[in-house]
Amino acid sequence: MAATDDSSSAELSPAERAVIVRDSLGVGVATGAYGVSFGAVSVAAGLSVAQTCALSLLVFTGASQFALVGVIAAGGAPISGALTALLLGTRNTLYGLRLAALLRWTGWRRALASQILIDESTAMAITRGSVPAARVGFLTTGLSVFVLWNLATLAGAVAGTQLGDPRTYGLDAAVGGAFLALLWPRLRTGRNRVVAVAAAAVALGMVPVSPAGVPVLAAAGVALLAAALTRGTDPTEIPEAHP
Amino acid sequence: MTWVAILVTAAGCYLLKLAGLSVPPRVLERPLVERVADLIPVALLAALVAVQVGGSGHHLVLDARALGLAVAVVLLLLRAPFLVVVFGAALAAALVRML
Repeated sequence: MAATDDSSSAELSPAERAVIVRDSLGVGVATGAYGVSFGAVSVAAGLSVAQTCALSLLVFTGASQFALVGVIAAGGAPISGALTALLLGTRNTLYGLRLAALLRWTGWRRALASQILIDESTAMAITRGSVPAARVGFLTTGLSVFVLWNLATLAGAVAGTQLGDPRTYGLDAAVGGAFLALLWPRLRTGRNRVVAVAAAAVALGMVPVSPAGVPVLAAAGVALLAAALTRGTDPTEIPEAHP
Repeated sequence: MTWVAILVTAAGCYLLKLAGLSVPPRVLERPLVERVADLIPVALLAALVAVQVGGSGHHLVLDARALGLAVAVVLLLLRAPFLVVVFGAALAAALVRML
């Protein structure tokens, strides 16, 4: 797709383009590889290999995928998992708002680009000074993550089915580790740390008294409350490219 | 049910992405909306960590998963890559269960 808009791509020198492509591929490889952990965790949660691969192909936003299988693994209704995944997916809307003016795609190009609008492609596009540079960063990162994430998911899922009881390998603990690693770069501000601790406490408090899946959704209330009560000037943070 | 949830999630997540690239920024770019969008991932991910590690059915338990999480914290403080953190947590839990 990068070659479909030659007029604006021409403004980018081959050297500049090479640097952006190299950096973006680095992010793509590093991020795509951890699809292995998603694949393994997902089949450990009881999803089939086909369901696991469908999630990576169609949903393609890591935190939401982990959330859906995490809720199912905890015994929650799949639909509570879907709701949690959708709430997590709302941050991609914010990324899109920021990127629209920088990428300036319309029609079918915008429709295709939407699928690879994720944390990493945003991070590698948002800092660019021109439309062609942003497009190269976005497409190279998004497409390389997409291809590798899906291949790695398949590898992890197939390997996961050979393992037997996932608890023997600590794969249930891997889910918590994955969520913490996704959360970590967002904990830089004091406000976010307070919200994280409060949300964890609310969720744990709800575990004994509500169906599985509900405690996590209830924690979203903490976010709404904190947003209503704070008057921060914090800009929405774009996460770093490296998770 | 799982397939329904997968397809609902896929359609919804795609539309959320498309909406961002399509909706005029004025509609959603307000301080309150931005704060909510910033804090929702923080709250949900923190809740998911807590429930994944401390929940077992309707009970709160402290087991090998908590040790796995502690190892994950240490690895994150050491700026380890994502995969190392995830599989480090798994390895720690697996080892403590072997004891």
